[in-house]
Amino acid sequence: MEGPLEQFAIHNVTGPLFTVAGRSIALTNSAMFMIASVVISSALLLAGSGRAALVPGRIQAMGELFYEFISNMIRDNVGSAGRKYFPFIFSLFVFTLFGNVMGLLPYGFAFTSHIAVTFFMAAVVFLAVTLIGLFKHGFKFFSLFFPHGAPLFTAPILIPIELVSYLSRPISLSVRLFANMTVGHVLLKVLAGFVVALGIFGLVPLVVLVAITALELLVALLQAYIFTILCCIYLNDSLHLH
Amino acid sequence: MTEDERKADDRDKRLQDVRRAYERGVGKPSKAAGSGAKGGSGGEMGVGLRIAIELVAGVVAGTFLGLMADRWLGTKPWLLIVGFILGCAAAFLNVYRVAQAEEKREKAERDAGSKK
Repeated sequence: MEGPLEQFAIHNVTGPLFTVAGRSIALTNSAMFMIASVVISSALLLAGSGRAALVPGRIQAMGELFYEFISNMIRDNVGSAGRKYFPFIFSLFVFTLFGNVMGLLPYGFAFTSHIAVTFFMAAVVFLAVTLIGLFKHGFKFFSLFFPHGAPLFTAPILIPIELVSYLSRPISLSVRLFANMTVGHVLLKVLAGFVVALGIFGLVPLVVLVAITALELLVALLQAYIFTILCCIYLNDSLHLH
Repeated sequence: MTEDERKADDRDKRLQDVRRAYERGVGKPSKAAGSGAKGGSGGEMGVGLRIAIELVAGVVAGTFLGLMADRWLGTKPWLLIVGFILGCAAAFLNVYRVAQAEEKREKAERDAGSKK
């Protein structure tokens, strides 16, 4: 039987397509699911917005639900200044959400269970948010690293601490998503191993497995939500500086 | 007025109403936000996991920065030590902020509950 970590193995699904800097690049299962996530979500949302009926059908209702959800999230966490960034945050949410949920399907592969993927997303968000803050506030942006009201002589200690705290954001953002997805999939795999190994008594872990699958679906939705809302909060910090 | 024009007028008016309601509701972000408030939760386990990750992330960030600075400046163990200590401090600061936000959220929920 496969070990619980083998489900995360990345392998090529096609032969080498082209070479970059001496390395041949092939389509991997991870990349394939990323493409699938983009294609499926785009197709669903396009299908939903194609025929803008007054009384929405199923697909249109789903699209409107997503739209209102993210719209409210930005309104509550960033305010009207965040309207501009709606398309980016919306895409981020839908991409993560589909990645998480598709990983739960049979034969699915959760690309969000790879730190390389989540850290890249977090790093892009982190860089974007920092640059937005710098462009908007210029030098004043660095007041983010010094809590106002603190006595000036504490600056040599406080500023490095705040700086490290700020730099730890992409790490905690990416590790949270990655850890939650990985842990869930390992847990499912281990429990599924018990079902097979215990024979007739395997019914007990099977019942638990069904419940855990439902829980994992909740985690998949929740983690996409948390990832997105934290991006909103970071965006708010650099737009409004405290 | 044709049927289509009336429909378009109607739609314009509704759009304006929505926009006005939106602007009234917004201006500034609401008080609950800006702190990881309601998003960071997901039950007690979610809070615990969040704090654990916050703790590790701070230390990792500080240590990594110290290590890189050491390699760059050639001051071997010293900046690593400083970075590690700063990382610990930053981690505790982050944990403190998460706990603070969590408390605020709980209080807001309690207040909302008592009003009912």
